[in-house]
Amino acid sequence: MAAMAVALRGLGGRFRWRTQAVVGGVRGAARAGQRDYDLLVVGGGSGGLACAKEAAQLGRKVAVVDYVEPSPQGTRWGLGGTCVNVGCIPKKLMHQAALLGGLIQDAPNYGWEVAQPVPHDWRKMAEAVQNHVKSLNWGHRVQLQDRKVKYFNIKASFVDEHTVCGVAKGGKEILLSADHIIIATGGRPRYPTHIEGALEYGITSDDIFWLKESPGKTWHPTDVALECAGFLTGIGLDTTIMMRSIPLRGFDQQMSSMVIEHMASHGTRFLRGCAPSRVRRLPVGQLQVTWEDRTTGKEDTGTFDTVLWAIGRVPDTRSLNLEKAGVDTSPDTQKILVDSREATSVPHIYAVGDVVEGRPELTPTAIMAGRLLVQRLFGGSSDLMDYDNVPTTVFTPLEYGCVGLSEEEAVARHGQEHVEVYHAHYKPLEFTVAGRDASQCYVKMVCLREPPQLVLGLHFLGPNAGEVTQGFALGIKCGASYAQVMRTVGIHPTCSEEVVKLRISKRSG
Amino acid sequence: MERSPPQSPGPGKAGDAPNRRSGHVRGARVLSPPGRRARLSSPGPSRSSEAREELRSRLLGLIERSRVVIFSKSYCPHSTRVKELFSSLGVECNVLELDQVDDGARVQEVLSEITNQKTVPNIFVNKVHVGGCDQTFQAYQSGLLQKLLQEDSAYDYDLIIIGGGSGGLSCAKEAAILGKKVMVLDFVVPSPQGTSWGLGGTCVNVGCIPKKLMHQAALLGQALCDSRKFGWEYNQQVRHNWETMTKAIQNHISSLNWGYRLSLREKAVAYVNSYGEFVEHHKIKATNKKGQETYYTAAQFVIATGERPRYLGIQGDKEYCITSDDLFSLPYCPGKTLVVGASYVALECAGFLAGFGLDVTVMVRSILLRGFDQEMAEKVGSYMEQHGVKFLRKFIPVMVQQLEKGSPGKLKVLAKSTEGTETIEGVYNTVLLAIGRDSCTRKIGLEKIGVKINEKSGKIPVNDVEQTNVPYVYAVGDILEDKPELTPVAIQSGKLLARRLFGASLEKCDYINVPTTVFTPLEYGCCGLSEEKAIEVYKKENLEIYHTLFWPLEWTVAGRENNTCYAKIICNKFDRDRVIGFHILGPNAGEVTQGFAAAMKCGLTKQLLDDTIGIHPTCGEVFTTLEITKSSGLDITQKGCG
Repeated sequence: MAAMAVALRGLGGRFRWRTQAVVGGVRGAARAGQRDYDLLVVGGGSGGLACAKEAAQLGRKVAVVDYVEPSPQGTRWGLGGTCVNVGCIPKKLMHQAALLGGLIQDAPNYGWEVAQPVPHDWRKMAEAVQNHVKSLNWGHRVQLQDRKVKYFNIKASFVDEHTVCGVAKGGKEILLSADHIIIATGGRPRYPTHIEGALEYGITSDDIFWLKESPGKTWHPTDVALECAGFLTGIGLDTTIMMRSIPLRGFDQQMSSMVIEHMASHGTRFLRGCAPSRVRRLPVGQLQVTWEDRTTGKEDTGTFDTVLWAIGRVPDTRSLNLEKAGVDTSPDTQKILVDSREATSVPHIYAVGDVVEGRPELTPTAIMAGRLLVQRLFGGSSDLMDYDNVPTTVFTPLEYGCVGLSEEEAVARHGQEHVEVYHAHYKPLEFTVAGRDASQCYVKMVCLREPPQLVLGLHFLGPNAGEVTQGFALGIKCGASYAQVMRTVGIHPTCSEEVVKLRISKRSG
Repeated sequence: MERSPPQSPGPGKAGDAPNRRSGHVRGARVLSPPGRRARLSSPGPSRSSEAREELRSRLLGLIERSRVVIFSKSYCPHSTRVKELFSSLGVECNVLELDQVDDGARVQEVLSEITNQKTVPNIFVNKVHVGGCDQTFQAYQSGLLQKLLQEDSAYDYDLIIIGGGSGGLSCAKEAAILGKKVMVLDFVVPSPQGTSWGLGGTCVNVGCIPKKLMHQAALLGQALCDSRKFGWEYNQQVRHNWETMTKAIQNHISSLNWGYRLSLREKAVAYVNSYGEFVEHHKIKATNKKGQETYYTAAQFVIATGERPRYLGIQGDKEYCITSDDLFSLPYCPGKTLVVGASYVALECAGFLAGFGLDVTVMVRSILLRGFDQEMAEKVGSYMEQHGVKFLRKFIPVMVQQLEKGSPGKLKVLAKSTEGTETIEGVYNTVLLAIGRDSCTRKIGLEKIGVKINEKSGKIPVNDVEQTNVPYVYAVGDILEDKPELTPVAIQSGKLLARRLFGASLEKCDYINVPTTVFTPLEYGCCGLSEEKAIEVYKKENLEIYHTLFWPLEWTVAGRENNTCYAKIICNKFDRDRVIGFHILGPNAGEVTQGFAAAMKCGLTKQLLDDTIGIHPTCGEVFTTLEITKSSGLDITQKGCG
């Protein structure tokens, strides 16, 4: 019975596809009837899979092609893209491992008789995390199968605007054609180009979660990613971060510096205003890093087990042969240019996710943008993706959640005299008995000064920042005013109640 | 919590039409130019003597609270002369124009009973009846009027607050900030087991604070289990030490007690550690530990005495059982424990005790978490049951006997079925009663000044500005009838009350959509209506309920159960799918719920939930992707991986 139903659904889908080909075939109507798929999705990450599943649900014939080019260190993974394999999921799990380390230290204060210090076994954690990721890979494949989405593990490049050529692992080539194509190939970590030994000896976030052995003493040249350094410190590793300029570019700078302050006070070392110049392998196997202090001009060296580059990401567009299809990219970033409907310079080719110019590089935005796109393509919808007020959380040891404008951005847009910032330091109840330092637990709300004081941005530094921020993101989406937030009764005792207790403005001092 | 009417008054409306129907007279000395009008009207049509008595006490209240009251008629030239006289003296007056209020004639009648004067104007200065126009001018010429006016500080204090808990303290501090002379009376009557504590009330001493800390201790036990899966290595069986934990928690509480005293001192609020009791109008007797009595007077009073745990009234309960008043400072581990009751206090305590590895049984008379969404309540219960808490449903204890003394000793509990004649017996080290709480309103002399209480519940009915039937007496916190018993609510209402009394504010406390969280092992956060209440108010066919089970990412690697955490929203189909109920069962439920509560204040709809981008990977994001309706009957279990 079930098989029957599926078969019928498949037929129905094809039938619809045929009628559409006749009515809507603008270019090469004759060929359109012969195209393999209604929709071809290039890239099986969060955005691509969301597109594929949504289109299949709307009865379309869909294929997904996905291929993971091994990292320079040879790391590779399964279906699901960055988030599942080398991003949010393993990161949050390792962050959780580090948080548990903190809780183990708290435990004796709460009466648990556990002898300190408790050692951490990287292999055990990594294996558990990797097993979970693999189960997710498998889950994604099952989901595609359930929805009759054809999945090809091939490396794709455009042949023309409706055709993609895929190369499988064995070198076998296959041609796939489709009426609509969505590019969702995401991005990969950037390696520095002018530093000797960087590519040879350095690893990136593509590798760290898949290491079988502990990375040991690690060195992170980074301006963007503090999370890895945070959890590595948290599981007891000696970790150094080297920053050229400001941390967490694009985020509120006061919050960012407090994140750094907290990490520094919890054992992560920081070298600021320094630029690495070369990496060398010592005979004993360790890596020697040489850097230049940009203020003094002096050179210095250090010895580490692991060098983790986290200097940004580049879009995975180069091997796609986009010029064959006529898809325009930004000359600066190589990212794909799209309009508000996610359409590229070729009307039936679209792009979603991290590969797109000017979009937040976040899993949930890619998913939502992908689903809305497919609903417009096949579901008769006209809803556009709204990229404003996207909430996010940085899972540093002290988590940082935010939504809306940073203080700088609010001032830039509205002028200092029109912005009121309410803020407070607070101490989470759980910190008291644990004897933890709460100097960086801080919340601030950026509002317009004129009544009713519309909330422009919320910034929260503290435990469970992601959970705290989510609901308030809705409030801001609803156009919440400061007064409305203040009229909300707190939940006692939580950290999030601090947000509805914000009474002191920065202006008042 | 779900008792309030569903529709919110809407922003901006709070200050319009201040209390015209409620009979409240606004703080007379605030912003009132000479000749300012007081409003006074009765709440309803004549209920003869009762209504008359109420009017009388309200008039007396007005007279007592005002420096000058002029009962006047707007067209009366004599009245106008008197008003001009006070105006020329620069004295603010409360003026009641009897021709402009609904029940002016009755006011005049009652006034003539009080003063034997039938005409207007009728003038009171500092509670002294001066008389009419002529008498007032005579008094002015003789200097008596000026002398009367100088006796301004007729009372020791502007405000006395009975009860130094969350509500009382917030009200006291705010009134002091507004420049008033304030006293706080706080006295903890020891529990039957002899437990007592310091300043700060239930929340700080025997409520939210120690509860959440013990809950955290239990969560840490879970975290220790999880941590091995995350690579942390230790072999030994980790034991929990009750004394270490309790000492640490009590130390924290002491520091909070001390902090409260300090902050009262900083704000020049007089704090007296004595039991307060009304003896006559505007006068209170304060009895300290040694039995010494002192009397204080004040223009206005706030009752914020809160509640204390209820006892069963069976043999052995007060001698051998403990309550939440005793548990948090218990000097020894309670051991095998019977928790009686199914309130959130009962389930929270049972939850953390089981988390420490103790053998815990909960005896439930009927349903879990009365007043909360019952689907959620049952899920809370079944999670506890899966984690080792035993439940005895439909039983009530009838006798508690001591078998052995000790720390802890051994108690035998006899219980009977609520449905049949079956009885059971059990032996426990500790029996914790958590069957409800009683308001501390019966022994504070309220009857002496005529403050009404609900005789059955002991709660104090108040109007929408927290005023009791005696106009100069207000009440905040857990003793209020039909209001949520929550610290933040008490704090908010205490603070707003002080601002209205002394700060020219009109803002009322908004009791709609108050969020709360139950800190059971699996936390339960909610805001708005329960499913039952929503069906009752809006009818089932007008609702759409979206729900899903979810698996927190942190639970996956830890090997904790799937299909346990649950999220549910209740939407009103005929109001653009507005969210009228929000429920989450999962880790950090409190942290998740708070922001959604703020969003509900701003008119959250399902569409907005759908349009909002999730924060990945969190539990809160589950609400941005709710697709399955309850009415569809579709399966919500998570298969394999998300």
